[in-house]
Amino acid sequence: MAISVDTPEQSRDLCQRAGYTFTFLSDPKAEAIRRYDLVHAGQGINGQDIARPAEFLIDSSGAVRWVNLTENYWVRARPEQILEAAKALR
Amino acid sequence: MKIQRLNWPVWAGFLLSLSALLSYPFVFVRWPITRDFPWANLLLFGIAAALLVLGIRRAFAGDRPRRSKIAGVGAATLSLLIFALFIFAAFVAARWLPAARGAPQAGQKAPEFSLSDTNGKTVTLSELLTTPIKGKTASTNPRGVLLIFYRGYW
Repeated sequence: MAISVDTPEQSRDLCQRAGYTFTFLSDPKAEAIRRYDLVHAGQGINGQDIARPAEFLIDSSGAVRWVNLTENYWVRARPEQILEAAKALR
Repeated sequence: MKIQRLNWPVWAGFLLSLSALLSYPFVFVRWPITRDFPWANLLLFGIAAALLVLGIRRAFAGDRPRRSKIAGVGAATLSLLIFALFIFAAFVAARWLPAARGAPQAGQKAPEFSLSDTNGKTVTLSELLTTPIKGKTASTNPRGVLLIFYRGYW
C-alpha cells in the first residue's frame, strides 16, 4: 500500500502512467501520516503538511515487523530489503 | 584577425560539472547502487575538475588572450559553485527530515487508519490484514501488509 497526501484522482493518474497495480491510499489531511508520526510540516506545494518517506511491514496480527525511516531524502528502502523482511512473515 | 582555437577542456569541464549535478536527480537516483551513495556523480565531478585544471593551464600558458584566461577562471569558479551546490543538496539538505521518534517500531502495534483508495472506497488497516486475497483456485489470508509513506506529487 502506498500512502500520501495526493487525492484519489492524482493517485489514479500516477498508477495509470506508471503501471502500478498495488493499492494507493489518499490521506489529504495527513491523518494516518500524523498517527504514524511522519508529518513533514509545510513541505508540500502551498505549504501543506506531507509525509516524510517511510516504509513499514505489518504482520497479520497487526504488529509492526520491520521499519525503514530513511535519514536521506533521496534514499528509500531497496526491494530486496523488503523481500528479506517479508520472508519472516508467516 | 587570427581565430583563437577554442579552449575545449574549460568548456567540457564546465558542462560536465553541470551534468554531474543534474544527472543525480534525473538519472542516477533510479538505481540504488548509484543512489544510496552518489559515487557516479562524484566521479563525474572529478573528471570535470581534471578538465578544468587542464583548461586553465592552457589558458595561462603561451599566447592566449586575456579573455581566454578570464573565461577559464570564470568557468572554473562556476563549476566550483555547482559542486558546492551538489554537496549541499546530496549530503546536507537531503537529511532535513523530521526524526519521527513517535513512529511505531518493530514489535509495536501498527496504528489503525481509514483512508480512501483510488476508486474512492474506504480502506482500513484491519480490513487489509484480514481480507482474503483471491487466487486462481483458492483464497489465502494475507501474511501482512507493506505500508509505503511517500511525499506525493509524483
